[in-house]
Amino acid sequence: MIVAERKPMGEIIEMVQDCKKVLVLACRGCVTVCSAGGEREAEILSSLIRLGMKKAGKSIEVSTESLVRQCDREYIDEIDQWKDDYDAVVSTACGVGVNFISNLKKDTMVYPALNTTFFGGSAEQGEWTEQCAGCGDCVLHLTGGLCPVARCAKSLMNGPCGGSVDGRCEIHKDVECIWQSIHDRLGSFDRSAQMEVIAPIRDWSSAGHGGPRKVVRDDLTV
Amino acid sequence: MNFDLAITLFSCHYTSQQSCAEDGKELEQLGFPDSINLVRVPCTGKLQMTTLLKAFEDGADGVYVVGCPADGCHNVKGSIRAAKRVDAVRAALEELGVEGERVQMYHLPRGLHPEFVAKAKEMDSRIRNLGQGPFSN
Ligand code: SF4
Ligand code: SF4
Repeated sequence: MIVAERKPMGEIIEMVQDCKKVLVLACRGCVTVCSAGGEREAEILSSLIRLGMKKAGKSIEVSTESLVRQCDREYIDEIDQWKDDYDAVVSTACGVGVNFISNLKKDTMVYPALNTTFFGGSAEQGEWTEQCAGCGDCVLHLTGGLCPVARCAKSLMNGPCGGSVDGRCEIHKDVECIWQSIHDRLGSFDRSAQMEVIAPIRDWSSAGHGGPRKVVRDDLTV
Repeated sequence: MNFDLAITLFSCHYTSQQSCAEDGKELEQLGFPDSINLVRVPCTGKLQMTTLLKAFEDGADGVYVVGCPADGCHNVKGSIRAAKRVDAVRAALEELGVEGERVQMYHLPRGLHPEFVAKAKEMDSRIRNLGQGPFSN
């Protein structure tokens, strides 16, 4: 899922300080699962905006709604039903949602309530870790299913580097050296020889270094 | 400092039993501060952050939660969950530039215990020292 965290309240209050009424718009997709921008978090944020504005001596009306997702046109169009209820939308979706509202609703000012951080998963309750960087040219079949792009501090394709110590990364002892883990995991499948294969210099254009990326599926376009 | 304090207390059914003693008169007799508006809930673990924040929106100068001892909650982890949410509300208040001490969690024994009134007095004097809150009506 896309993992995100609420922005500091000072930043959010600054965004809405000239508004008389805002719509806090939750997303029921990834940000609900990572407890950053679902209906519950949007209710909390609405309350905090009212309190922050009251403390600043300003009055504001804050309503709270949610969309199934904020990354599809069909759902974004539903915003129209509340158009008289706000001067601005504060979206608790990831950055995709904020961009989509900006792309599709020319008259709607939209502010981001979250910092969108990474693609990750949750192995422990309340804890999320980065697993994939969306590089567009997946190498997991060569690395035992563990991602060196997102999970090696240097995104090395031929690791580990010389700083790997006891399975820990040189940037911090709390960080796993993913190349050590790749080595161990390939070994457990009797595929250690894969570690000897030199990965060629990588073309990073698929990773966004060639500009914004786009996927078009002819079989789905009519 | 003298002003009309408004403090909201959310307490679980088990730790607030004193509020039922003597036909509800015992708390008054023991000097339970009249600034405190007691809301009894079946378990503090069910309290959401929004409930605590709503009390501030309604004008509370302080909000506190009384639940079972952390290692002896009737509903196993209810009061631990409540304490976590109180911590999260405190952090959010501080982000807004409001004193975090305006929200507190107490773990108290169940049944009729003097600590229930003692902590109420402590909360009353803490908030009185801080002064009127920024959300006061
Ligand atoms: S190699 Fe690329 S696509 Fe595959 S998991 Fe890593 S970042 Fe994601
Ligand atoms: S120690 Fe391991 S994870 Fe850290 S930078 Fe070097 S190879 Fe990458």
